[in-house]
Amino acid sequence: MEVIEVGNLRKQYRDRLAVDDVSFTVERGEIFGVLGPNGAGKTTTVECVAGLRTPDSGTVSVLGGLTGTALKERLGVQLQNSTLPEKIKVWEALDLYSSFYRAPADWVALMERLGLADKRDTPYGKLSGGQQQRLSIALALVGNPEVAILDELTTGLDPQARRDTWELIEQVRQDGVTILLVTHFMEEAERLCDRIAVIDSGRVVAVDSPAGLITRVGGRQTVRFRPSRPVADAVLEALPEVAEVRRSGEQLVVTGTGDLLLAVTTALAAAGVTPAGLRVEGATLDDAFLTLTGKKIPS
Amino acid sequence: MNKMILTEAKLFLRDPAGTIFAVLLPLTLLLGLGSIPGFQEPSPELGGERPIDTQLPGMMVILSVVTMALTVLPGTLVGYREKGVLRRMSTTPVSPVRLLVAQVVNNLAVAVTATALLVGLGFLVLGSVPPKSPLAFAGVFVLGTASMFGLGLLVAAVTSKAQTAQGIGSLLMFPLLFMAGMWVPREVMPELVRRIGDFLPMAPFADALRATWAGNAPQMLHLVVMALTVLVTGVLAARLFRWE
Repeated sequence: MEVIEVGNLRKQYRDRLAVDDVSFTVERGEIFGVLGPNGAGKTTTVECVAGLRTPDSGTVSVLGGLTGTALKERLGVQLQNSTLPEKIKVWEALDLYSSFYRAPADWVALMERLGLADKRDTPYGKLSGGQQQRLSIALALVGNPEVAILDELTTGLDPQARRDTWELIEQVRQDGVTILLVTHFMEEAERLCDRIAVIDSGRVVAVDSPAGLITRVGGRQTVRFRPSRPVADAVLEALPEVAEVRRSGEQLVVTGTGDLLLAVTTALAAAGVTPAGLRVEGATLDDAFLTLTGKKIPS
Repeated sequence: MNKMILTEAKLFLRDPAGTIFAVLLPLTLLLGLGSIPGFQEPSPELGGERPIDTQLPGMMVILSVVTMALTVLPGTLVGYREKGVLRRMSTTPVSPVRLLVAQVVNNLAVAVTATALLVGLGFLVLGSVPPKSPLAFAGVFVLGTASMFGLGLLVAAVTSKAQTAQGIGSLLMFPLLFMAGMWVPREVMPELVRRIGDFLPMAPFADALRATWAGNAPQMLHLVVMALTVLVTGVLAARLFRWE
């Protein structure tokens, strides 16, 4: 069953076209990613889904066409750059926001689950970035929503806090909440999302599972190693399997297709070079994204 | 709604600046200046009134009201918009209008409390006579306060940064306070300056407040200027206010 249906969405701001033509559907219980570079129209798209903006044209239907307050009762939203007053305490924020809903979640249990119980009396302004983000997620969930929209939820977090947040999102999904996740982090999209809509310049470039997107890139591989002694790029570039040779410090990074590893090692043996720390990597979501959009997202 | 008002009240009290400037400063000025013997003598400039009768306490009431209306209220509201507090609330079933209402209610409550303290302590400590026409005084207080809050909401509507809002609020506050007689009583101002003041919203508030305090009728012109200010600023603020 489709929980969110977006069809040919278009939204123009005064001076620029934010969303040109975006369509996708989200199934119940799924973690659906909206992935794209900054300025691709991700946030505008989900703001239209959340009913915070009116699209110029196209259709948005959430939970069978709910709008207004009825929609907001069942939709949890965590937006970028939404903070709280500096001096509000964790428990006060949860208590207050839970009072906005007719059938809220138990905010004490939610606070414990998000690891904020020992920060209960800490004012928002004194929380760390990760704790603020967790409180923000808690507030998006305090209404016991069926669908949660989470916009760039791990931006600015350290790697540990990011991993903790990912685990949390997986738990939330296990509770049956459908999640629409906006991100520009490849690792996040690959780890969490069942399906991803890749958006670039206001248009959907592809909708597929992370594995499906990677398959589209073809059998692209990367071989990395440290040569035991200097080797000219030309030696490897001459091989038909090799597409590109890059140097990264002492490392050589060779990209190509076919039986790349065998070709490279054979050529190296012939040149009397031993490859140390040899590693082969298949295509990643980064590669898929690069191929689909022609853009690289700095991580 | 009650929970929101209560939360906003707690947040106000946690920031000492609001209480200091809107409550403690006017009270200290009243009791401090009012203890100077000169302020307790009938003054020919004030037509034989003692400064502690209506001039000093009246101006302190105005000071408290406009501090809340022109700096605290717009600073808080614009800060909420700037930091996305209003935006977050707009994703919930509750409209951010309620937050605005809670803010106005709280700020009004502070202004009323400060006024009650100024009247009460002025009477107990200094022997200032409490307002002789209490009902008319309350009416003028409500109208004048509404006009000042309207002005503050208008400032909040047209600025996008909290610091700018507070800056513009202060920039409006000081000339208006001067015209209202904060530093030089209106009675001794040159005729032209006083006439100009009649049409700026704060001086009519001050004059009408002092008139009802002394038991006299306020000038119709002053009531009309205040009512027009409420109307114009209210409509403009509602039209221009942006939630993000």
